This record gives sequence, structure tokens and C-alpha cells, in this order.
Amino acid sequence: MIFQNLDISHYIYLSTVLFSIGLFGVLFRRNAIVLLMCIELMLNAVNLLFTALSTYMGDADGQIFVFFIMVVAAAEAAVGLAILVMVYRNTRKTDVSFLDQLKG
Amino acid sequence: MFNNLPIPFLVLSFFTILSALYVVTSKNPIHSVLALILTFFSISAHYVLLNAQFLAIVNLIVYAGAIMVLFLFVLMLLNLNKDAEPIKSNLWGIAAAISAGLLLLVITAAFQKAGENVVKHPVEGIGLVKALGQTLFTRFLVPFELSGALFLAAMVGSVLLGKRDKVNKDLLA
Repeated sequence: MIFQNLDISHYIYLSTVLFSIGLFGVLFRRNAIVLLMCIELMLNAVNLLFTALSTYMGDADGQIFVFFIMVVAAAEAAVGLAILVMVYRNTRKTDVSFLDQLKG
Repeated sequence: MFNNLPIPFLVLSFFTILSALYVVTSKNPIHSVLALILTFFSISAHYVLLNAQFLAIVNLIVYAGAIMVLFLFVLMLLNLNKDAEPIKSNLWGIAAAISAGLLLLVITAAFQKAGENVVKHPVEGIGLVKALGQTLFTRFLVPFELSGALFLAAMVGSVLLGKRDKVNKDLLA
């Protein structure tokens, strides 16, 4: 630990705030690209908490989990952007509120 | 609460939250991408503060280097750099803010005493490549190999999705 008076609870608060900002973006925005970016923000908040707990407890497993989350996030971003490009090619929009054709 | 915190942590957290807020509130998607890159840089600096040096570098390379460049390429190829998003009514914003604020409240209330229960057992050099590689290639070898299969599936899927298909045109238009 570099800073002695830095507690794990500060990292919990910081990553909770980041996660809530990402959730607010997912609920508020309509542009599909910005939605994907907000999901990346939420994943990074979880990564930060994993790393903080891993360092404070002296266990490397948390950092391995962060590694795997990064792998899944990279695959998710590639597939999500490919879907987005296909949707844009067909509808000329990236607004998710127009994609309601499955509505019963 | 903020009195005796170290200055680097405070400054980095301030930058992180500010740029994350700009990602969410910016009208221009290009500005959102650039602010998100700034957020990832400050999160990498947090990793350095937490003695997770390998993750700091990997975070920079994978997120700021690869994923965000992918986002930028898609934005430029689709020519989405102008503000094309319709204004949502204020009611949506209030509802989203209330939902996110409630989640923030619940999680902070639930984890209020969590710091006391964490057994502090810091070990030197846990975030270096040597220690992480030994864990990754012994206990987590099967998930590591499976992530290769996941990447192969993602690559095949995105190539398949990105291919021009004449049949799909009638379905969505």
C-alpha cells in the first residue's frame, strides 16, 4: 500500500459513483454508441473495485478476474459495434428508441 | 471524510468522476469517446496507486488503445460526429437520475461497514507480471484457453455481421 490512510471504503465509494454514472447514461441516452460506452464505464467501475479488493487482501485472483473482464469487454465491444454498423446500414439511425419492431 | 486523504487520490478521483460525467452528458459522441479515454487513463493511474502495474498497462493498451479506437473508427465511418440525437424530455432525465441515485444510495448504505471486514493482508509484488502469470497459467489455465475460443467466436460473429447482406435490407427498412 502506498498511502496508509487510504481505506478500502474510499475505493468502494468511488467505484459505486462511477457505476451509477454509467447506469444513468444507459437509462438517459438514446444513441447506441454512447450506450455501449456507458456499459464500458460500468465494467471499469467493477474492475477498479476488483483491483482495490485484490490489493488490500493480498490475493491475485481479483486481478485475474479483471483480466478476464477486459477480454469479455473487448469481445463485447467488437460484436456490439458490428451489430450497430449493421443496424445503421439498414435503418440510417443509431437511435435505440426507433428499434421497437419486436414490440408486441 | 475527505480531510486526511492523500492528494493524488483526491485529484485522480475528481478527474475520473468529472470525465465520466462528461461522457454521459456530452451531446457530441466524439467528445464522449475522448472523455472516456481520459477516464480510462485516470483509472489506470488508480491501478498504479493500487500497486497493480500490469493491469495499469493492460488497461491502457486494451481499453484506451484498442476498444476506444474501435469506437472512434465506427463513429467516423458512420459519420456520426454531429449532434443527431433528439432531445429527451426532462422527465426521462429526472427518472434516470432518481434511479441511478437510488442505486448509489443502496450500495453505499450496504457497503458502509465493508471496509472494517476486509482482512488487510498486503503482499508485495502481487500486481507484477510474474505473480499474475503464475496464477493465470496454473489455476486459471482453462478459462484462459476458453477466452481464446471466445475471441474466435467474437471475430467470426463480427465479420459475419459486418458483411453486406442483401436479404436483411428488406426486413428492417
